Amino acid sequence: MTLEIQDVTKRVGAEIHIHETSLRFLPGHFNVLLGETNAGKTTLMKLMAGLDQPTSGQVLIDGVEVTKQSTQDRQISFVHQFFVNYPHLSVYENIASPLRLARISSSDIDRRVREAADLMKLTPMLERRPQELSGGQQQRTALARAIVKDSKVVFLDEPLANLDYKLREELRSELPQLFADRGAVVIYATSEPAEALMLGGCTATLHEGRVSQFDETSDVYRNPVNLTTAQVFSDPPLNTAVVTKAGGRCTLNTEVSWELSGPQSQLADGEYMIGVRPHHVLPTAISEGVAIAGSVQVTELSGSESVAHFRVGEGSWVSQSEGIHPYQVGESHTFFMDVSKCFFFAADGRLVA
Amino acid sequence: MKLRSLAPILYILFLMLPIYWLVSMSFKTTNEILAGFSLFPQEFTLENYAAIFTDPSWYWGYINSTIYVTINTIISVSVALPAAYAFSRYRFMGDKHLFFWLLTNRMAPPAVFALPFFQLYSAVGLFDTHIAVALAHCLFNIPLAVWILEGFMSGVPKELDETAYVDGYSFRRFFFRIFMPNIKAGIGVAAFFCFMFSWVELLLAKTLTAVDAKPIAATMTKTASSAGYELGLLAAAGCLTIIPGAIVIYFVRNHIAKGFALGRV
Repeated sequence: MTLEIQDVTKRVGAEIHIHETSLRFLPGHFNVLLGETNAGKTTLMKLMAGLDQPTSGQVLIDGVEVTKQSTQDRQISFVHQFFVNYPHLSVYENIASPLRLARISSSDIDRRVREAADLMKLTPMLERRPQELSGGQQQRTALARAIVKDSKVVFLDEPLANLDYKLREELRSELPQLFADRGAVVIYATSEPAEALMLGGCTATLHEGRVSQFDETSDVYRNPVNLTTAQVFSDPPLNTAVVTKAGGRCTLNTEVSWELSGPQSQLADGEYMIGVRPHHVLPTAISEGVAIAGSVQVTELSGSESVAHFRVGEGSWVSQSEGIHPYQVGESHTFFMDVSKCFFFAADGRLVA
Repeated sequence: MKLRSLAPILYILFLMLPIYWLVSMSFKTTNEILAGFSLFPQEFTLENYAAIFTDPSWYWGYINSTIYVTINTIISVSVALPAAYAFSRYRFMGDKHLFFWLLTNRMAPPAVFALPFFQLYSAVGLFDTHIAVALAHCLFNIPLAVWILEGFMSGVPKELDETAYVDGYSFRRFFFRIFMPNIKAGIGVAAFFCFMFSWVELLLAKTLTAVDAKPIAATMTKTASSAGYELGLLAAAGCLTIIPGAIVIYFVRNHIAKGFALGRV
């Protein structure tokens, strides 16, 4: 089963919510929509689910146009970020509801509901009302309802965003398996780059209503086609700076410049935007590292890694490194940038090297 | 007793006094009432109530009132449900103005509409029918019900609608099977307010009826002068008028505050 959108746009009044977008989702693995809040993830999903009508363009399921088809007839599942269940029905009836409407025999319904409940570890709660459950259990009820129905397309709109850390980890590792053998197209929206990487599959990066890239997740991460993709797919934020290339040398400012090698040295002379991921800017010396000094503004220390925000001239930079590094806020510190991992973007944002 | 608990007790006594007086009067004879001040009925009598339940001109007043109030409540709530849903879920041209305009209907005194209604209903042959009063009361009750229901409906996330559509519910099925059970408190409160306003409204009900649909309140004002002032009888009739309201309020007692805030708590 495949889901395809062709030249889909969405305009509300004078505002463009989704710019012309064409995507083709193949079944078998996870498809992630990655973008920050308001990037248009939910809007795009609703357009595909038929909960909203595109201004122009077409939606196809298995090659058949369904743009005008109602949501009810599309055989899809949709799990929202907020736990949405039917408050007046028991967990059992909540899970059974799509099957009841499909007029399936009650013994079949019972078997499938118990199977889904078992997968989602809800068996002891079947007779309770959704409000009597914890947030995680409520969301698992919603997920069970999505699983029990043999949907062609499953939409998961930040389903783990409102769950606590432990549950998130647990469900995140279970989710891909759950849908993998069902042959459904799974589309998962998230605002966290780390989550996209953990889920694998394919990722479409979304920014201000535009899909900037859609490919295998690791490909999108390693070879972003443009600056937008690299920025969307980076957390902490991507370090960017304007550099001037002249001959074999690249200059960031009066103090920082380095010798280029490989394809980067083949670029035409001129100004470029460079992008360096925070974990390629380290507080200790590395080979091929270019020293860059800045004053430390904010530091975040977790058990296993240190994040430092520092300023270099007008630009703000982020360094992310393993281990604990005792930074002094306000003091100057020398960081080392791995220039071999540097992206070079042209003035229009295209990746050039 | 502490001083600070005295104030609420006094206040409650003050509130209950007229009701107590009415109940106490209903068990007295008219002579005793006219004789002067007496705190309790000296000659306890149920004759006043007996008179009401045996005289058709009295008990039909209650039946008439109940009929048009029920019709009105059913019409108001069933018309307001889809209207409130539209206001709560869709954006359309002028929706906010229309929504506010609805409420301004309640700001005009009913007397303003008595004459046009009287003339209109006489012309189309609706005068002195239950449906005439029920429809006239809709003018005030539908806007109120829309406001109350809209508040309750907006408390239900739109995602619930979407989830139901995804699960395969048609709109009609979703509305009756999923949505209405979720706002049943709101429906109860809206019905209560419609019932209450229609039950206590006197002017339109009296103007638009003569014999066949005469409401209890009108009956009370007319019978008062026939054989002098039958105060005991009137008091008994008054007591019976309070009872339906008391019963209805019992069912919505937990949601009534939200209703007064038009569902916006």
